[in-house]
Parts: sequence; C-alpha cells; structure tokens
Amino acid sequence: MYRYLDRSRKKTDHLLRLVLLASLCGIPGAATAQTPGTDQLSGKLVVTGASTLAPLISEISKRFERLYPNVRVDVQTGGSSRGVADARQGLADIGMVSRAMKDEEKDLHAFLVARDGVGIIVHKDNPVQALTDEQVVAIYTGRVTNWKEVGGKNAPITVVNKAEGRSTLEVFLHYFKLKNADVKAQVVIGDNEQGVKTVAGSRYAIGYVSIGTAEYDESQGVPIKLLPTGGVTASTETVRNGTFPISRPLHIVTQTPPAGLTKAFIDYTRSKAVHDIITQQYFVPLVD
Amino acid sequence: MTSLHSNTLFRWSTDDLLCWLLRGLAAIAGTIVMLIVTFLIMEALPVLHRIGLLRFFTDPSWHPAEGFYNLTPMLWGTLFAMAGSVLIATPIGILSAVFCHYYAPFFLARLYRRLIELLAGIPSVVYGFWGLVVLVPMIGEMHPPGPSLLAGILILTIMILPTIALMADASLAAVPQHYLRGATALGLPRWATIKGVVLPAAKSGLFTGVILETGRAIGETMAILMVCGNVVQTPSSLFDPIRTLTSNIALEMAYALGDHRAALFVSGLVLMTMIVALAIAAEWISRGRYD
Amino acid sequence: MIKTVSRLQNPREWLAFIFVWGTAGFVTATFCWLLGDILWHGLSHISWTFLTAPPENAGRRGGIGPILVSTALILGVCLAVSLPIGIGTAVLLAEFTSNQNLFGRMTRRSLDVLAGVPSIVFGLFGNVFFCKTLGLGFSILSGGLTLACMVLPILIRSTEEGFRAVPASYRLSAAALGLSHTTTLVHLLLPAAIPGLLVGLVLGVGRAIAETAALIFTSGYVDRMPESLLDSGRALSIHIFDLSMNVSGGDANAYASALVLVVLLLLINGTASWLATYGLHRKIVTV
Repeated sequence: MYRYLDRSRKKTDHLLRLVLLASLCGIPGAATAQTPGTDQLSGKLVVTGASTLAPLISEISKRFERLYPNVRVDVQTGGSSRGVADARQGLADIGMVSRAMKDEEKDLHAFLVARDGVGIIVHKDNPVQALTDEQVVAIYTGRVTNWKEVGGKNAPITVVNKAEGRSTLEVFLHYFKLKNADVKAQVVIGDNEQGVKTVAGSRYAIGYVSIGTAEYDESQGVPIKLLPTGGVTASTETVRNGTFPISRPLHIVTQTPPAGLTKAFIDYTRSKAVHDIITQQYFVPLVD
Repeated sequence: MTSLHSNTLFRWSTDDLLCWLLRGLAAIAGTIVMLIVTFLIMEALPVLHRIGLLRFFTDPSWHPAEGFYNLTPMLWGTLFAMAGSVLIATPIGILSAVFCHYYAPFFLARLYRRLIELLAGIPSVVYGFWGLVVLVPMIGEMHPPGPSLLAGILILTIMILPTIALMADASLAAVPQHYLRGATALGLPRWATIKGVVLPAAKSGLFTGVILETGRAIGETMAILMVCGNVVQTPSSLFDPIRTLTSNIALEMAYALGDHRAALFVSGLVLMTMIVALAIAAEWISRGRYD
Repeated sequence: MIKTVSRLQNPREWLAFIFVWGTAGFVTATFCWLLGDILWHGLSHISWTFLTAPPENAGRRGGIGPILVSTALILGVCLAVSLPIGIGTAVLLAEFTSNQNLFGRMTRRSLDVLAGVPSIVFGLFGNVFFCKTLGLGFSILSGGLTLACMVLPILIRSTEEGFRAVPASYRLSAAALGLSHTTTLVHLLLPAAIPGLLVGLVLGVGRAIAETAALIFTSGYVDRMPESLLDSGRALSIHIFDLSMNVSGGDANAYASALVLVVLLLLINGTASWLATYGLHRKIVTV
C-alpha cells in the first residue's frame, strides 16, 4: 500500500518540479520594454516615490490602462526621495515627489500634477479653536507643554511629529522655520492616516497631516479638528484659491525629457480628464 | 540523543546520493545568513568609512539630516521591549501548552490549539491597528501620552505568544508516555507531575521556543511602529515612548538617501549583531545544560 | 494520552489548576476581543464580489480579487522553494549529522541567526539581492523568495524537533532489518515526523502570509491582476497596511481584508491538521 502511495507522490513531485521549471524559464526576461507605437501605445511604465501620491497615480494609471489596453503601469510606493533617486538611476521611468523640487534636483524634469495642504489637527474635544504661529512653534519646541498656557484645559500636550525624510515634515519645518533637532515630540509617526488615528485616540494631542486626509476623516466622524493657520481656515478650498499658507505641490519627475509612452502618461495625468480622480483622492487639481 | 550516525554497516549508494543532496540543500540554507550580512555590510560601508563605527554610539542624537547618528537609545528601546514581552509571554505560553495537554478536556484542547494557531497568523499590521485604536487610548487615559514602551510590550506579548505556545505544545507532546505512566503509578498529583517530570523532560523544546520568540520580539516591526510612539530616547519609565531599531528602518528607509540610507543599514547590522549574540548565548546555555 | 491523577489534594494543586485555567481564559478572552473587533467591523463588507472584484478608488471600494491571487502566488513560490530545502536540511541535521559535526554545527548556528533576523532586514536584503542583483525587479518571485528565506529556519527547527521526537527504536529496528538510510527515512521517519513538520508549516505560513515589512520592498504595491511571476503583486497584508495607514476612509475594507486573511489561515491550518490526523497517519499504521 505505501509503495503505491509513495510512487504517486514521487510522480506529483516530479510534475511540480517540471511546472516550476517551466514557469521559471518561460517568462520573458526583459520587463521594461518601451515601444512608442504610432497609433497604439504599448509597453510598461514603472512609477515609484511618494506614498502620498501613490494611491492617486495608481488610480490614474488604471484609467490609462483601460484607454490603452496594451500598456501596463506599475506604481510602487516609497518616499519622495526614493522617487528622485529611482528616476535618476533609471530604476523607474517616472518618480513621484510630494514637495517643491530642491535646487540640487534641477537636473530632473518635474511636472506639477496637483496641490495639497498641510494642516494642524487636534482632538475634537479640545476647546482650543486657533493657535498663532508663535504658539505652534512654542509647542513644537517644548517651551509650552500644557494646554492651559494656550487657552485650553490643564493637561499636558502630546506633540505628534513626522518621521525624518517625510515631505510633510519638510514642508512643516520650512513654514515654521524650525530644525527637526529642535522639535520635542512625544510621538513620531509615518503616514498621514497614522497621524489622524494617533490624534483621534489621544485627547490632548496635536499633529499635522495632509489637509485632504484630515477633511475626509472629519467628515466621516473621526474625532479630529483642523485648526486654522495664520488666520486662514484649513480646507481644500483655501488650498485651491491659494490663500492657505502651508501648501505643497505634488510632482512627477523624469530623468530625460519625456517621450513616447512616458510623455503620453504624463500628459494624461495633467489633463482635465483626471480631475475627478484627483478630487476623489482629496487633492486639489490644478487651475488652468 | 541516541543516533545512528556512526552506523556504516549498510551504506548504499542511494544513501550517499541522498546525503550529498541533503548537504547541498543545507548549504543553501546555511549561506543565506552570510549573504544577508555581506549585503548589509556592502551597503553600510560608505558611511562607516566616512564617520566610523564609534560615532553611532557617541553622537548627541539621531538626526541623520543634520549629520548625527546615535543609535544607543534605539538599542535600549529594542532591548526593553524585548525583555518585557519575553518575560510575560514565556510563562503564559508554557501554561497554555500545559492547559492543552493536562487540564483541558479533549475537545477544548483542540479548540484552544486551533485558536493559538490562528493567533500566529494574524498579521502584525492588524495587531498594530488594534493596539493603536484600542490599547493606546486606554494607556493614554491612564498616563498620557499613550504610545509607549508599555503598549509595545503588551502588543509584542500577544504577538510572540503563539510562537512559544506552539513550540511548548509540540515539546510537551514529545514527552515519552512512560514518564507519565511512572508518575501516575507513583500517585503524583497533576501539577507535581508537570513540574517535576514533564517540564524538565521538555526542556530542550521549551528552550527553542524561548529563543524563537526572543528573535521574533527583536524583529517585530510594523506593530511596534504603530504603538510605540517612535521618539528616539532612552526610556525612563514604562509610559515613555520609544523607537526600536526595526521601526527606525521601516519609518525612514523609503525616504532615506546617501549617508542616511547607509546609516539605516548600520541599524540593520546592529540588529544582526544582537541576533548573533542571542544565538551564541543560546548555544552556550544549552551546552551548559547537556554537559 | 495518559490521564494524570486529577484529584486536587492540596492547595498547590488547586493554585496550579486555577492558574492554568486562568491563563487559558485570559488568552482566549484577548483573542476573542481581537477577532470580535475584526468580525464586527469586517463581516458586513464581505461578499462574493468583494472576493473577486479588483480594488477601486485606491481600495476604498471594490474588492481584493487580484490581491488574493498575488498573495497565493507569493505563498506558492515561498513554499515551493522553502519546503524541499527545509525538509532536506532538517533531515540532514537530525538524522545524518552528529552533534559534533562541523558542517552541521555551522549550519545550525547560521539558522539560529537566520531565525532571528528581523523581517525588515529580510526586506532590505531581498530588495538589494533579488530585485537588484539578480534583476528580478519588484515581482512576486522576489517576494516569494524573500519569504522563503524567512520561513526556512522555522520550518527546519520544527521539522528537526519532529525527527528527534521519533523514538530511537524505529531506527534501531530498521537497521536490524537491514533497511537503508533512504528507505528508513522515506517510509518510517518522515511519516512519523509529520506532526513536527506541520507545526513548522503552520508557523511558517502564518508568518509568511502575515508579512508586511519584507514584502513592501520586494513584491511591491501594484494591485493589478498578476500575469506572470515577474509581475509586481500586492500581498493582502500590504493592502491592509496601506488601507489602514495611508488611505483615509480605508478602514472598513482593511477590516474586511483582515477577516479574509484570518479565514484563509483557518482553512490552511484546518487542512494541515486534517492531513495530520487522517491522511498521513494511516500510512504509518499500514507500515
């Protein structure tokens, strides 16, 4: 009995190995072949970079793929710096950067896709309605550590800061003219939603996140509250009309001047046809 | 352990073939670590060359953008979180296994075992998510800010529990039945049998479980990142937020370039050193036991 | 199973009794709390469409069809590579190598280290080695191979324990009957060591299917239906991570995906223990 069983198992083993081998060998080696067709686009694009932009570009590329069935766009998340690095090294055809381009990045070709604001959030039950820029600086540098010093309850402030390297952090530090070494934080977070969840779960926390994210969560009943900055209400509306002071451009970048498929994709991303997707992902489309 | 390794009476050619095949497979398994270490060193080399290893322990702080690379606070964070969770999870895990084997009725034991297996497969993200939404606010009410070493220890405990519980379960199952028969014949009560006969007999397996869970506790990334607060500081109480070496890599890796990126590979190397130390300690202790 | 004496004669026995049941109760309660939370939030979103449809609007709407396929492929690659290497190494360490053998000791030591390597370090390594050095790019193959490296030590350890738990009398009888090592191994030891292997498998699959940190740098983020093993594919756990940490309003589908993951695991574990009890046990009896 076991002899029979054994033989059949060997057979399946053999089969498995064959299938494996076949699947290993049968796959064509080259992954990124760009063939700019004249009438019909085809090929594969690799897009990497900012996690803020990844869901947006991912949705746009899905619609782009429906338009040109022979095209595949792979979107990989990471950070703005990785978008820059990958585009430079040619690991990606297009990089995503969720901040203004730096001087040393002028060698890349950058294309504005949308805008986004960075807003300060506190827990909904926090009686503080507004903070001046000086108060925010005082809180983030640890000179003010209790809410009662800025007109709130008698409770210690939990300062939520972003991790090193995040564009949101750079934008925030730049606006308030701070150095990250001066920030005295109690919590350090990664992505936007983590910031929202941390503040929603801690009655006396203060943090800063992408305004679109915060606005959406607020409307869904998450107990957070956007505070105005410089006297301007924080909303996608004030980001759109340019009055909100802390905003950032969302870019996609390429190493060489875009041509063929890359150009088609970039043009499509900047066209009116995707404005509904941009709004849907809580960013602000470009006004032209 | 008795073995037949020296049995050369029936050495057939298929045996030789098998032996070499197995050696080949084992060699693959064995070289993975070397590969990992080699690549880590290669990636970390630029920054080690430029600023030297010492500055990773003597710099005033961790602010890679400004050129400060002190890893010591994160090393402490990792060690404290690990020690706390292993201390809590080990007894719970072993008692769980004891429950399955000697206390629970058959159907309950099966159900409980299934439960632990399930617990092993819940993604760390889900634990972290649950910790962030349920546990952290609870601790925050007790003693602000909430995200803290304590939250990390508790989440880690739940996460490594299945590892030790399943290993303990397997090693209790391997305790020879005649030991138990002997104990029963002597009229030993249940707990006395477990304490005096079962646990000593299952020592080697339990020990393996502890080593595995310690490794898991050091290596856990995502859940820790979500509940620990991630502030780079040496904690002075259970309620202080901490950052571990692993969450440091996860938080900053995707965003790091140049020296900063290389510095994160140094974090990886420090983690590897800890793991090697753990493995050496494990071997040293087990050698002391068997001699 | 031998019944130990169950009389609770003295206070120490009572204490132990209460303590053991208390621990079990506590673990069960924690677990129910966690699972209840997932069930409560996730169950209402589960439907056939959710399981088969592609994600829409960054995962807020739509389903997880392609993600399930990617996860299965990654797991398949992982097991196809790690099982032969794992079992082979375990057999070598447990049956063919003495504790003093240098090769065996080096291998075991290196595996002990490997078992402790943090998943994030596997991610770094997989990214540098499989994606860049071997040129596999962000792909299901890279992800599966990285996971295979990660699962190996767990698999080997448990399988080895399984072999060591086989009574020496099996080997002695086989030797006395003049069976070769190979025959003894295939017909006697392997079936008897199955429970250990299964524990390793369950732990390994559990760790692999739940892995996030190692996959985000290797198998990638693309949520399209994969067309080959060289395509990038998003694993279920990465989907959950992205939905809960990066996409606002993704919580509902994150819970639902987590629930799917847990149910999948339950199925795998169930199959494993069914195999252990009915499928493979019979074979030993026949022998």
